[in-house]
Amino acid sequence: MKILLTGARVIDPARKTDTTADILLEDGKIAKTGTDLLSSVKSKEAVKIKIIDLDGMVLTPGLIDMHTHLREPGLEYKETIASGARAAVTGGFTSIACMPNTDPVNDNRSITEFIKRKASEAALANVYPIGAISRGSSGIQMTEFWDLKEAGAVALSDDGKPVMDAALMRHALEYAHSLSLPVIAHSEDTNLSAGGQMNEGYYSTILGLRGIPSIAEEVMIARDILIAEFTKTHLHIAHVSTAGSVRLIRNAKERGIQITAETAPHYFTLTDEVLQTYSTSLKVNPPLRSAADLKAIREGLADGTLDAIATDHAPHARTDKELEFEYAASGISGLETSLSLSLRLVQDGVLSLPDLIAKMSLNPAQILHLPKGTLAAGADADITVFDPRLKWTVDVGAFCSKGKNSPFHGWEMQGKALLTIVGGEIKYSLPSLKI
Amino acid sequence: MKFERKDILGISELSVNEINLILETAESFLEISTREIKKVPTLRGKTVINLFFEASTRTRTSFEIAGKRLSADTINISASTSSVVKGETLIDTARNLEAMNPDVIVIRHSAAGAPHLLATLVKQSIINAGDGAHEHPTQALLDMMTIKEKKGKIAGLKIAIIGDITHSRVARSNIYGLTKMGAEVVLAGPSTMLPRDIEQMGVKAYTKLEDAIPDADVVMMLRIQLERQKQNIFPSLREYSQRYCLHSRNITLARKDAIVMHPGPINRGVEISPDIADDSSRSVILDQVNKGVAVRMALLYLLTGGNE
Repeated sequence: MKILLTGARVIDPARKTDTTADILLEDGKIAKTGTDLLSSVKSKEAVKIKIIDLDGMVLTPGLIDMHTHLREPGLEYKETIASGARAAVTGGFTSIACMPNTDPVNDNRSITEFIKRKASEAALANVYPIGAISRGSSGIQMTEFWDLKEAGAVALSDDGKPVMDAALMRHALEYAHSLSLPVIAHSEDTNLSAGGQMNEGYYSTILGLRGIPSIAEEVMIARDILIAEFTKTHLHIAHVSTAGSVRLIRNAKERGIQITAETAPHYFTLTDEVLQTYSTSLKVNPPLRSAADLKAIREGLADGTLDAIATDHAPHARTDKELEFEYAASGISGLETSLSLSLRLVQDGVLSLPDLIAKMSLNPAQILHLPKGTLAAGADADITVFDPRLKWTVDVGAFCSKGKNSPFHGWEMQGKALLTIVGGEIKYSLPSLKI
Repeated sequence: MKFERKDILGISELSVNEINLILETAESFLEISTREIKKVPTLRGKTVINLFFEASTRTRTSFEIAGKRLSADTINISASTSSVVKGETLIDTARNLEAMNPDVIVIRHSAAGAPHLLATLVKQSIINAGDGAHEHPTQALLDMMTIKEKKGKIAGLKIAIIGDITHSRVARSNIYGLTKMGAEVVLAGPSTMLPRDIEQMGVKAYTKLEDAIPDADVVMMLRIQLERQKQNIFPSLREYSQRYCLHSRNITLARKDAIVMHPGPINRGVEISPDIADDSSRSVILDQVNKGVAVRMALLYLLTGGNE
């Protein structure tokens, strides 16, 4: 099967190219990129080629979400691997890395293999499991890193349950580094955040909700930067939400420490001011922060301190959210709004479009050592095409994800995924696209 | 003036005119409680449900008496918040109550925002009888009514609120109400009990009681929750009472005619020394309780369309 994609603005951050071009896909790979490929193929075997006209559209390496929660095994009522993978391709993602906080936790080879098998049965997005750092993510005993890696884990994290034991974090970083497995830190001092419901500040004060101070995140990032520096290892920081965290990471990078970091769309889109409705769709961990934090996150994205944009897709069922605020689950279903929210950074002049695409494809691929994120000839034919002008309204009822928990329901968006190709196969196309 | 609100969720949303209307209505109801036959037929045929997810004697009794003096049928439900883990959610409880067609639901809940959730779910009027550390609007209204009676006004007074501001819904509702009515509000408590950015609410905050009460017209003491010791928010009741207890010596910093308030129940000797609590020339603690019934009668009356 060959596919010829013609006339799109083709952005490939890996090769630093941004031009109007045609791309020919063949046998699951990118065969070639060039101008007027149509006339060169037409003469010979045009009938065997699916030709898709993408004039006015943007074509990029398949988007990669390095921080997703798929909930299977164990919490299938919130999301399954199949429903999450369908949400991914609908949102323009060709690859997703899923966090291990399932039930049971992905802390051994058999769970990792189960996730891989379920993902291949779903045959939608590429799914890369992230293994737990500690057994049951209980922060006590290390998991079998070699075994997890061999089974297909691309990184290690106790996401959702921060590694409070600094010695465990040190040993995990050392051991994982020797296997070239990145360690992803969920940075939260659980003594400082205990009982917290939202960002600590004026709004937590007037709402009477227990606050989660910014220092709960920052003291752990500071600690882990010191450990990474001491052990000369690579550390990746998940879902950065505060100005102090951005400052610590920027400073660490300036000093040559191997730190990478991600943030999520809600941290550069919403502040804690919106919580005055007590709407549980706004409850997320780390919490929505202040306007000053939001500004710092945007600056961190602009100057390269923050390498990646991840969704932290955290689907929940209605029964987990339709509760009193302090009893409701934390998390936002993000796969189907992430691209549109991130395009606002381009609309607002924070990032160039190629820089945004790098943070959503090339950079996560490099952090996780995935052979993805480029359109070079011979690369896997993972491709995202979006219409940068298409206006649409978010309707959680239309989400493919089982998780309808989004504070962006009803928002007017500009820019939407049109076509998602994984391994040379079309996994999603917007119904309006005639193909 | 017609009262347009469906619910009373917090003082933060009330206008000065609405507060004045409630207080004036309450004043007109005071007299009923002094009659030999303490009952009027105003709310005959109306049903008021007191839905209490948190233990309360005084507030629940006050609402019950308020309803009964207006001839409403009042039903008390003591619910458990353990239903979070198993059993019925607040949403299902609400829908079940709604199906029985009450007119007003009074809710107290340990979770901030629970009355707001309830108000979005049911068509009945909701009165917040205290939600977590958020608001306790009927307490603030009865406090304002007491101050107005004793001082003749609220505007221009200096009012000191002393104690654990962080965990106090009484403090938040009073800050909203008193500042709206034109009073100067100052706070004092250990710095671990002053929530972040509290001064943005338009108040001054101090860590020493002696800095807050000079020239105060009203000193409002808050109840200290003994279990806060375990959270390392303060070291001991002993030290707290040495520094933050109102007694016959530090009260002299306040104005000579200053009144002393407390939402109850009092920890005698911890927040207020017994001689101050029992000094009827200063302490208006029992007046507060008395006004509570009138304020709650006024709210039940206004929410059921009494003044239309």
